[in-house]
Amino acid sequence: MILQDKLGEDADTFYKALISAHEGLTEAQSHTLNARLVLMMANQIGDLGMLTDIFETALQDLPD
Amino acid sequence: MAYDYTPFPYTPPPGLTHAEPRHRVVIVGAGPIGLAMAVDLALQGIATVVLDDNNVVSVGSRAICWAKRSLEICDRLGIGERMLAKGVTWKVGRNFHKGDQVYAFDLQPDMGFKYPAFINLQQYYVEQYLIDRAREFSDLIDLRFLNKVIAHTDCGDHVKLEVSTPDGDYPLEAEYYIACDGAGSPTRERMQLALDGQTFDENFLIVDVEMETSPFGDHATPERWFWFAPPFHSGQSALLHKQPDNIYRIDLQLGPDTDPKEEATEAKVRPRITAIVGNAPFRIDWMSVYRFRCARLNRFVHNRVIFAGDSAHVVSPFGARGGNGGIQDVDNLGWKLALVLQGKASPALLESYNEERVEAADENMFNSACATNFMTPRSSIERLFRDQVLALAARHPFARKLINSGRLSQPCVLSGSSLQTSGPAPLSPGHALVDAPLTGRAGPAWLITEAQGRFTLVTANDQPLPDITGIERIGIDQAESCYPCFADSEGCFKARYGTAHIYLFRPDGHVCAVFDTPDVDAIVTAHNRAMGATQ
Repeated sequence: MILQDKLGEDADTFYKALISAHEGLTEAQSHTLNARLVLMMANQIGDLGMLTDIFETALQDLPD
Repeated sequence: MAYDYTPFPYTPPPGLTHAEPRHRVVIVGAGPIGLAMAVDLALQGIATVVLDDNNVVSVGSRAICWAKRSLEICDRLGIGERMLAKGVTWKVGRNFHKGDQVYAFDLQPDMGFKYPAFINLQQYYVEQYLIDRAREFSDLIDLRFLNKVIAHTDCGDHVKLEVSTPDGDYPLEAEYYIACDGAGSPTRERMQLALDGQTFDENFLIVDVEMETSPFGDHATPERWFWFAPPFHSGQSALLHKQPDNIYRIDLQLGPDTDPKEEATEAKVRPRITAIVGNAPFRIDWMSVYRFRCARLNRFVHNRVIFAGDSAHVVSPFGARGGNGGIQDVDNLGWKLALVLQGKASPALLESYNEERVEAADENMFNSACATNFMTPRSSIERLFRDQVLALAARHPFARKLINSGRLSQPCVLSGSSLQTSGPAPLSPGHALVDAPLTGRAGPAWLITEAQGRFTLVTANDQPLPDITGIERIGIDQAESCYPCFADSEGCFKARYGTAHIYLFRPDGHVCAVFDTPDVDAIVTAHNRAMGATQ
């Protein structure tokens, strides 16, 4: 599965918002936030086949 | 070969012996922005006095990446072709993570432009060319080196200055004072105006090395190479660029806890360069250590004192938005100030310079701050996201779009500006013109050389363009005899502008209105609006 760009012109603004959301959080809080984000984004995607593909793709070449 | 920094001659100014008449415009600072401003105004018949506290061009390469839009503006000023001939043309950038390439981009895949996406050319050459050009206007541009402004007062309808020279001080008056005195602007200091924005903690080392062997290895065509976590340097990032005269620019991120004075020494720098270029011999031409900053003045127009370039806004360098942003300031201000001084527009038109260039500065600051943040993660979670973007980029196009080693300078779109009349078109109002190759009676031509510098109507549709005072006309594939017509010989104009619309370009080449038909009333209304008329 190759993930094509869907953010277009908004890529930098999205990335800035993501990093800003983590600003000032402890590492534990950042973990919590990431877990919440994954769950909410998964619900928004709402397609189990696609989510399974994403899991498999993200697990590829995971560093030790 | 090292650049020959020959000093410019100083001549005692007339003001030392007798009072000078009030000048129209005084420009403070003879860097690229101040000199470009003087040439732009001279092209419109406006005389200027240019004051500089120094008498050589800038030492060190400083601004080196000149974007296509800046080259097109410099073409109008008369030095574009000289810059292109001397500069190193490049359009491909490669991003590396550790030793591996993760993403390469081509900034100008299409043909049909007079100028490339970018050239690299040391700032001292640009200043030298501008000074040569300014000297061609000896009756309009009064260049005064070793003339340091030590005080100024805005008197409402003019500005009074006190200027210091090797032969003593003298007073000067001008209707407008343009502050092009750089990032450390003494004008700004005197007026106690703050630059607001973000300062980054990281120190960056910037080095120019001269060497015969190319550090790009077998790559014959110069490119822009950027490394995240480079294998040859313990810091977070490194950048490599080629300049003319076999000089290479190397930027290395040093981290927040380094002593800038200690780092900018031959003893410290040589091993860092050897780690990149190997055993090839090199000479260090210039080096500097600095911190990045993205900040701007709240306003660029303060009654009769107007700020342009780094005196108004500073950005971090990855993205080439400092020098290029300043040249666009000049392009925006030149025609407006000339119209005001000629009595053809109200001084209120200058407020649109503030509006448009503050917006542009914010866009430049946003882009350069995003790039700087991406290359200098401040927390472990930010570093984690950054590294995973780089890891995913090899396989996934979406992640390549998130990699940010500098979003390279693009002309600002002025769509929200009060001077524009909105309307749909392939190139909608607010955009800077896009070049196209044309063929005229005298042979090959370019749209940018024909349509810049004056209000101009351009169309490729079959309706004749009306004759309106103050507006030039250009027909594309038309057979009119009362205005210049060109053939769209390579089809680029029609591909970029279509055939359905009539475009009205401002003197700075931005589209200010589009029309379906040559409706004189609508064109006159849009023209007046672009000149600052409030109705």
